[in-house]
Amino acid sequence: MKYLFLLYGPDGPLPEPGTAEATAMTERWSAATGAMARAGVLVDCAPVQPAAASTTLRVKDGEVLLTDGPAAEIKEHFGGFTLVQCADLDEALRWAATLPAATEGSIEIRPVVQVPAG
Amino acid sequence: MNDRLDAVLREHWWGAVAAVARRGGDLEVAEDAVQEACAAAVTQWPRDGIPPNPRGWLITTAWHKAVDVLRRDSLRPEREAAAWRRLADDADQPAPSRGGPIGDDELALIFACCHPALDPAVRVALTLRSVCGLSTAEVAAVFVVAEPTMAQRLVRAKRKIRQAGISLAVPGPQELAGRLNAVLRVVYLVFTEGHRASSGAELIRGELCEQAIGLARALAQVLPSEPEVRGLLALLLLTDARRAARTDSDGALVLLADQDRTSWNRAEIAEGEALIEEALRSRRPGPYQLHAAIAACHSGSPAADVTDWRQIAALYGELVRYEPTPVVMANQAVAIAMAQGPQAGLAILDRLADEGRLNQWPQLHIARAELLRQLDRPADALSAYRAALDTGPHPAEREFISRRIGGLVTAGSRPLRRSAG
Repeated sequence: MKYLFLLYGPDGPLPEPGTAEATAMTERWSAATGAMARAGVLVDCAPVQPAAASTTLRVKDGEVLLTDGPAAEIKEHFGGFTLVQCADLDEALRWAATLPAATEGSIEIRPVVQVPAG
Repeated sequence: MNDRLDAVLREHWWGAVAAVARRGGDLEVAEDAVQEACAAAVTQWPRDGIPPNPRGWLITTAWHKAVDVLRRDSLRPEREAAAWRRLADDADQPAPSRGGPIGDDELALIFACCHPALDPAVRVALTLRSVCGLSTAEVAAVFVVAEPTMAQRLVRAKRKIRQAGISLAVPGPQELAGRLNAVLRVVYLVFTEGHRASSGAELIRGELCEQAIGLARALAQVLPSEPEVRGLLALLLLTDARRAARTDSDGALVLLADQDRTSWNRAEIAEGEALIEEALRSRRPGPYQLHAAIAACHSGSPAADVTDWRQIAALYGELVRYEPTPVVMANQAVAIAMAQGPQAGLAILDRLADEGRLNQWPQLHIARAELLRQLDRPADALSAYRAALDTGPHPAEREFISRRIGGLVTAGSRPLRRSAG
């Protein structure tokens, strides 16, 4: 079963590449996602651009409505995602807890619906 | 026949739901199927007699019904395929007979119902329904909500188990310890819900107490190396042993000190004491073992004034490390009052009362009032009893408080020593 980890944390730009802060952050994330990859559970992962770069889309009466910004204003911002393939929720929770976002913000664990092929 | 039939169905509910849920991979479908199988049993068994292996009969009948549902649901082809694979694996495996410890299926089901990803409030309700086999109406009555409301909560919880991929297998060693705490908590809450019913005039609903003891006993049998499980079972037995003495013939609460100790259940006390001694020997203490050790101090003592209150105060001191709650501190204060005199305990209770977090908890006010009464401060005691009444206590507690107030008012009208202030 696939689980999408929605990573929430403080909004803001990523640290400047080359700075000690950026290196430390990369190391923390590589350690966590590297372990996931070696265990064969990692499907994909990426940070996303800050909330200011987001556009929310809705279609109403056939018309596409766009709003600048994220869908909901909340204290913590959606900052990235991790997609894993796990046997059950317990395994997914165990991996989610290893990500830096678990201590620096919060992670919403969303099971992905299996769409039948064809 | 009907009572016996109900008892048989209730006895095999947990095992049947667990077996069908694990094979089919869906608790909601499994429970509905077992419910239908029970309905079939109610019409067939009185006519044909109870089958030699009632659980096997229920599982087979329910499984056929579950397969029909899983097949009809074309959105779930993968699940059905998985279910058939599992069925092929163990189709010929005979259903285990009852009496021995529960199997992996039953253990897995209670772990799923108590999963930390479920809302804490629904875990108790779901366990009562899916594991203990209470009807939805009975579970609704326990929580004082309308039946459709409870039905909706239960369905939502069962769907979350399916959709979130909560495993219907026993957790692996990495998860077991953390998950076990959540299970023990639910069993404890089932018991306290029975022991101190949150509503209704009847202070103790014995059936819930017995369900909780049955669950703790089953867990202790299959997890013999977990001292906290034994600690919980010991605690429930030692507490339940006082059931008959906790209320008087009018249904009013009787304080521990005033209880008729000859009416305590000696068999439960003996079993509870043996269990807690055994658990403590493993030298892996935990909150349930400490609570049980405190209960054992009471049950082993012939009267309140010869109880080892120093030991109880020390055990509460240990317990604060696991549960740093005002309720535990208040109980420690009462033990200190018994060991060192009312003034020492009152000082701690006054501080807790000033913090304000326990002001809606009638026991704090009752404990303060009792100590104030002993210190010959009737006016202060009276206002503490009134504060207890203001919290809207349980009817049995209300009755007790009203009697105490009555006693103080009567004593106050006589020329008695005035409060020392």
